[in-house]
Amino acid sequence: MSGPTPSLLEIEDLAVGFDTEAGLLRAVDRVSLEIAPGETLGLVGESGCGKSVTAASVLRLVPIPPGQILHGKIRLAGRGDLLGLAPADLGAVRGQEIAMIFQDPMTSLNPVFTVEKQLLEVLRLRFGMGRQSARVRSIEMLRTVGIPDPDARLAAYPHELSGGMKQRVMIAMALLSEPRLLIADEPTTALDVTIQAQILQLIRELQQRTGAAVLFITHDMGVVAEMCDRVAVMYAGRIVERGDAVGLFTRPRHPYTVGLLRSVPREGTARKSELPVIEGAVPSPFASPVGCRFAPRCWKRMTLGDAEQVRCHEEDPALERKADGGVAACHFPVTDDER
Amino acid sequence: MKANADGPLIDVRELKKYYPLRGGIFGKKIGDVRAVDGVSFAVRAGETLGLVGESGCGKSTLGRTVMRLEEPTDGRILFEGVDLTDVAGAELFPLRRDVQMIFQDPYSSLNPRMTVGEIVREPLIVHRVGGRDEQMEKVRALLDTVGLGDETLERYPHEFSGGQRQRIGLARALALDPKLVIADEPVSALDVSVQSQVLNLMGRLQQEHGLTYLFISHDLSVVRHVSDTVAIMYLGRIVEKGPTERVFARTGHPYTRALLDAVPLPDPRRRRAAAPVKGESPSAVSPPPGCSFHPRCPFAVEACTQIVPPLEQFEQVGHISACLRKEEIKEQLGHGAVTGVQPAG
Repeated sequence: MSGPTPSLLEIEDLAVGFDTEAGLLRAVDRVSLEIAPGETLGLVGESGCGKSVTAASVLRLVPIPPGQILHGKIRLAGRGDLLGLAPADLGAVRGQEIAMIFQDPMTSLNPVFTVEKQLLEVLRLRFGMGRQSARVRSIEMLRTVGIPDPDARLAAYPHELSGGMKQRVMIAMALLSEPRLLIADEPTTALDVTIQAQILQLIRELQQRTGAAVLFITHDMGVVAEMCDRVAVMYAGRIVERGDAVGLFTRPRHPYTVGLLRSVPREGTARKSELPVIEGAVPSPFASPVGCRFAPRCWKRMTLGDAEQVRCHEEDPALERKADGGVAACHFPVTDDER
Repeated sequence: MKANADGPLIDVRELKKYYPLRGGIFGKKIGDVRAVDGVSFAVRAGETLGLVGESGCGKSTLGRTVMRLEEPTDGRILFEGVDLTDVAGAELFPLRRDVQMIFQDPYSSLNPRMTVGEIVREPLIVHRVGGRDEQMEKVRALLDTVGLGDETLERYPHEFSGGQRQRIGLARALALDPKLVIADEPVSALDVSVQSQVLNLMGRLQQEHGLTYLFISHDLSVVRHVSDTVAIMYLGRIVEKGPTERVFARTGHPYTRALLDAVPLPDPRRRRAAAPVKGESPSAVSPPPGCSFHPRCPFAVEACTQIVPPLEQFEQVGHISACLRKEEIKEQLGHGAVTGVQPAG
């Protein structure tokens, strides 16, 4: 839904490839997204679907070569196309306007500097804050993210902290910069559920306080339901469905989304019963399929007549608005009685 | 069948695994890390015990100790009535056939230089089961059982996806027709669509081969699906154990409640409203006195800081909880209704 709020971030028709020995691998293809200020967009999919590459492209973190942006634009309000930004301007965008948190906190933390040095650097660069006030602000933020005895922790090096602590320091660093956009790439996947719940709450609090937009990348449908206003589901490099969270969970249109939601055991599932599965495996990214990329695994296709199945195999479905209001890339979207 | 046909297949009693904690310049032993601290459970043949807990709670060490990959510090492991802790060295060898293990990352547990055929056949060679032809026939049958074709025989582990590697791990574990399979986070590294395939396969194998599982996982929804009995571990101890439906519907320990409340539900209309449980799990090097959950427990009172709560029956035979206040707070612990969750506005 493109509401009245102008977008903060707009990804338009992005395609990203990687040169490999086996040829060009198209990791992301025809991806378009927009996020408004204050909004959380969930980018969901299984490993290799292109969700992380999409996120990394926003900050130009895709290594080039072997990576290459094949096509598309990434516009940040007030900055224009990030893909065309000069290195100096890009540096100002990173860590100031856009912050990113990862599954592995050591991706953002520098092992040779203390927590204090790293946090103060953010405040100095972003707000030109002096040492004393930056120190006070850092301690306050460490306390906010649930780090006990923050005064003492400032002197610690990353390796002296537990995994959950490092994750929080990375998040504190991201929050201190008060970004307009926070990109969170599986930030809680490696954490215990009780710690995950704490971190998710922190991200929500930041958003309420600063009105930041959040791009939340995850494979966990539970986390999506908990965090996101809108959702985009990716499969084999493409967005196959998108919509507001409640609509997508209650009336998924794409057979892949339906399959993802069904395959997780939930409260009502009979114990030890056979779980619905999505047969087969994700196609090789080197293959350039004609037709729908999900067709070989699609349960819905198998219920169709021969002529219709031919269409699935031969005609690539566009991501478009369906008669019932959903947006999906499917010739024969799932109907209410099939769910 | 043995004489104890009605008894449990495996009966673990007061099992302890301590690691020495060394300090000072001479590395003298200054204490113990109590990774597993007096754990008891029994599993009947053909059933699944789900062992749940967060990182560092000792669940993996427990699995490895039952497997005798670690020497227990104290306690007994009775397998079909035989005390495995009395058995050592060569005598342990035949028993190893009956207990097999599968791991979270099947890649690191599969030799990258061996073909799939060699990997699955290896246990047969080690235990001298049959001749070459017989072994190859068995390997083909095993691969077929786990849904892999003959064409995989000559291929190497790196050529397979995570889900397929887990199938290879299962084929190898089944080679010696074990009775007990210890599965340590077997689906945690897999994508959800593949996760359900492997869970279904494990369920089918249990039915067809009468397997008994010790299923170790941090994922409550998976454990709830596969287990007959659930045990929740916190800092080396079981804090609650009971029939699966019972533990989920009439939770008897605040830590179990906290875990249940922390799992995000795949329904955007039911978002969490209450603040999640605070703090992190303390280190087993310096566990807090009294109930080890008390520093994080919203129900803790003075007594909880002093008394280690015993595992006692809660409401029903077979359901036990280690909480001093379990009777007083049982209404708050919820009766299947998920507390702290309200419809999103």
